[in-house]
Amino acid sequence: MRSKLPPYTTPTERIWHYLFRFICGLIFLFLIFPILVIVPLSFNSVPFFTFTQEMLTFDPAGYSLRWYEDFFTNLNWRGAVNNSFIIAIFSTLIATGLGTLAALGLSRRNVPYRTTLMAILISPMIVPLIISACGMFFFYSRVNLQGTHLGVILAHAALGTPFVVITVTATLVGFDRSLIRAANGLGADGVTTFFKIVVPLILPGVISGALFAFITSFDEVVVILFVGSFEQRTIPWQMFSGIREHISPTILAVATLLVLVSIALLSTIEMLRRRTERLRGVRS
Amino acid sequence: MANATATSSEPITTADGTPLKISLARALRRDKIKSLALVAPLFFFIGLTFLFPIGDMLWRGIEDPIVSSYLPRTAEQLDKWDAVSGELPDESTYEALVADIKVGAKDKLITRVGKRLNYELPGMNSLFRKSQRNIPRIEEGPYKEAVIKVDKRWGNVETWQLIKTFSPTLTTGYFWAALDLQVTPAGEVQFQDEKKRIYLQLFWRTLYLSGLITLMTLILGYPVAYLLATLPLRSSNVLLMLVLLPFWTSLLVRTTSWIALLQREGVINDILVGIGLIDTENRLSMIHNATGTVIAMTHILLPFMILPLYSVMKTIPNSYMRAAVSLGAHPFHAFFKVYAPNTVPGIGAGGILVFILAIGYYITPALVGGTSGTFISNFIAYHVSVSLNWGLAAALGIILLGLVLVLYILYDRIVGIDNMKLG
Amino acid sequence: MLSLTLTVFGEFLMKMKIRKLILAPIMAVLFTAGGIAVTHAQELVVVSWGGAYSASQQKAYWDPYMAENPGITIINDDSASEGVAKLRAQAEVGNVTWSLLDAIASDTISLCDEGLIEEIDHDSALAPAPDGTPATVDFGELIVSPCFVPNIVYSTTFGYRTDLVKVAPTSIADVFDLEKNPGKRSLEKKPINNLEWALLADGVMADNVYDVLSTPEGVAQAFAKLDGIKDQVVWWTRGAQPPQLLADGEVVIASAYNGRLFSAIEEEGQPIAMMWDWQVFDLDGFVVPKNAPHREEVMKLLRYATDTQRLADQAKYISYGPARESSAAMVGKHADLGIDMAPHMPTAPENAKTTLLFNYEWWADNQDDLNEQFASWIEQ
Repeated sequence: MRSKLPPYTTPTERIWHYLFRFICGLIFLFLIFPILVIVPLSFNSVPFFTFTQEMLTFDPAGYSLRWYEDFFTNLNWRGAVNNSFIIAIFSTLIATGLGTLAALGLSRRNVPYRTTLMAILISPMIVPLIISACGMFFFYSRVNLQGTHLGVILAHAALGTPFVVITVTATLVGFDRSLIRAANGLGADGVTTFFKIVVPLILPGVISGALFAFITSFDEVVVILFVGSFEQRTIPWQMFSGIREHISPTILAVATLLVLVSIALLSTIEMLRRRTERLRGVRS
Repeated sequence: MANATATSSEPITTADGTPLKISLARALRRDKIKSLALVAPLFFFIGLTFLFPIGDMLWRGIEDPIVSSYLPRTAEQLDKWDAVSGELPDESTYEALVADIKVGAKDKLITRVGKRLNYELPGMNSLFRKSQRNIPRIEEGPYKEAVIKVDKRWGNVETWQLIKTFSPTLTTGYFWAALDLQVTPAGEVQFQDEKKRIYLQLFWRTLYLSGLITLMTLILGYPVAYLLATLPLRSSNVLLMLVLLPFWTSLLVRTTSWIALLQREGVINDILVGIGLIDTENRLSMIHNATGTVIAMTHILLPFMILPLYSVMKTIPNSYMRAAVSLGAHPFHAFFKVYAPNTVPGIGAGGILVFILAIGYYITPALVGGTSGTFISNFIAYHVSVSLNWGLAAALGIILLGLVLVLYILYDRIVGIDNMKLG
Repeated sequence: MLSLTLTVFGEFLMKMKIRKLILAPIMAVLFTAGGIAVTHAQELVVVSWGGAYSASQQKAYWDPYMAENPGITIINDDSASEGVAKLRAQAEVGNVTWSLLDAIASDTISLCDEGLIEEIDHDSALAPAPDGTPATVDFGELIVSPCFVPNIVYSTTFGYRTDLVKVAPTSIADVFDLEKNPGKRSLEKKPINNLEWALLADGVMADNVYDVLSTPEGVAQAFAKLDGIKDQVVWWTRGAQPPQLLADGEVVIASAYNGRLFSAIEEEGQPIAMMWDWQVFDLDGFVVPKNAPHREEVMKLLRYATDTQRLADQAKYISYGPARESSAAMVGKHADLGIDMAPHMPTAPENAKTTLLFNYEWWADNQDDLNEQFASWIEQ
């Protein structure tokens, strides 16, 4: 962190340098503090989102595991966790499969209408969620998909594919096509070439695209509110209704657990990124 | 490829004798088809699960089947009636109305007409509820008198004008309503009654608050991105995690924590009171209003500003600044004249990205926005799930979509879709 | 993984309503072939109001019922506050997923008119009182619509923060008086009750409130009174919000359901007190949506949940009056706190000095119009 200042810096520059660091520190605090503050609140012993007097004086009576217990015993939450995983896993599979294929196609030379195709394929990412949600609600109602798991899975898969397309295309940008020709020239057939040459190279892109797709579904709350019904309630659905309807700090407990999950995911992605760079020989 | 054949008069052939040009073209076509075949599954998938629904929404914004399907006879009769004459329709129209209501009342469907017309004129709902209950009891004519006896509003020309206006199966009415306009029976477009004018103001507020949020993210994001770009990679990677953690944390988690932070007895007010900056009676109202929306959304969207800025700044060599300073420029001068202009693409990319995301936001304004901090999306949701005025919801959605597309094209001009980077 | 695919796929086919044709046998084979237990418990989705109220129903009705009927799982969907709209949407879409809906009386009148909920034969569908009195007599006048099975009498009244108000409010006029009592208030984001209170605070006599409201001038008068406090109002949409807003100090006075305030004051020990002036009595009860899933099971559940003992049990957990006369006599002490529940009931003489009788019929006729006006007024 502490980069050395050159010896010729003037006092004003020195002051400015540290002032700038201080301001940046405050902004980082703004970014992180709201995420950390919910951790202690989730151990609240009363059903409100406030730091009580007992909590501030570190009186053990002000703290409890009440909300964690509620999360692990409540049927609504159990259903929500199950649904979240079912929906996220299936939509990720669909999104990853179709997205990877499309990215492979789009990365070939001589693809006609490349820009237009790309624009259409990533449009679910551009259109505001409320509009997608609204349109899907109307259309899925007509075809009896509204309020079904399948409907929600399809909707989430559509939202997740742009991420897969983008990440996989990105890994293919630096892809040296002569590798394929070399493999073919050395006698490998198409299938072997694909699995031995192409797959290892795009794998990080596929995995991180899949992760994006997974998190998109896992974290998605607008579309599920419209396309899903109570039977498809996911964790975010339940949290949203938790904030609006019964305002129980159980959602803070869930939030704390989710922060842990995102830290784990973030580390995974960072590791993958480093792996790609190593593989590609990019020196940092 | 073409050059090779263009210069020679004798067509070059491949081993099997086909001219090279044709063979190449064939290979090229095969290649194209192959590429398209790979793209096709996703293309159809997106078409079915996503583009169709958007198209359906457009359709809902103009279709209006209620009046014509539940009052078919009446609609037919009204077709002949001159709406601007100021006179009530004739006896046969009233007879048609009684016949229609008798049919619809069996399955209690007439209330739906009331619901539809109530969007246009308050009071229609109770009129049709009452009529569903009482009109089927009318045994014989003269119907006009009997119907007006059920409710005197059946003797108002306005009621009939309204029914006539909404008899066609297609309507532009929802779009006009979404822009605070209405069509008079004579076919003129005019502003809604002042009490009902809310949407233009909501669109304006959505744009204004989104702009403010974009500006805030820029002010906060720029120094951070600069710091990240100028620090050695090892330390900047650690700091980057601090940016990515909120990015990866559930939107609801972040919104929830802002509720806990901003409320009157929340953490921030407690701290301000604790250090004596304000007294406890004058705690700040930072939630359930526009302030809450702006603060929470600035936090939520900040990573979307920092990341594009960072990726642009990373490509600007440090030597630019050093060169300018060593040539005698004051560091501040050098920064604004040399460094800042180079970051403009990043500002454009981050700015438009944040702005597009912001104008479509729904969850955060719904939870912390109160009434003064709600967006047009909240009204779309309200019409979809509470008032069930789906036509109006669709019209508002299409207008919002139009706005986003314009911005998106702008984004494409400035950065290009292909350059979109994630984390 | 295979089983998951099949479950999801199977569910879709069932929703497509073609299972009665050839698909049923095929699916049966698929399910058995996949070796999945499809005999999982029947899930009844009960829609209620969340928070302390749902908790009281859980303890008094659902938990004992599930204990007695192991095959049944009862799940709470807390979206009753959007119940009417969501049910309309479900009916529109043709996909009713709710088994039982808890709704306020006036809403059930309109839902019944629209044919969205079932008419109920109260005497045969509901249990008689322990002494044999038929249900229609035991519930008496509280059955305000042929589709409605009342369960509680509640009131919407006011709570205030004892430590944050300048002077304790004693009358409805104080709620509208920003000088006497500065600070934010919370009111429900609906015209119901607010318009009546605005007129009462403006000096209209209680007997005339609905007559005045029936004229456009009366409505304008009510909105004008509300205009006076509009920018100090935080609007709530869910019953659990006002106690939360009070506990957070976000507002100093809030309208709220009396049972929610009771729970915040007595169970959670918050510095809140009740202000009962012009509390509005209303009824809440169950309705069965048309085409509800598991209809037979639902009717059994309904019969159980509205018998004399169950209604009396609920009053052990929340201060709402049971709708049956035979239950009223059995109201005793709070289940955990051991305090007498009677003085906390909205009907207790001490609390019921000034009460407004809510006019269900009037609201059933007018609420769509006024909702619309109210929504525009809020945004202006």
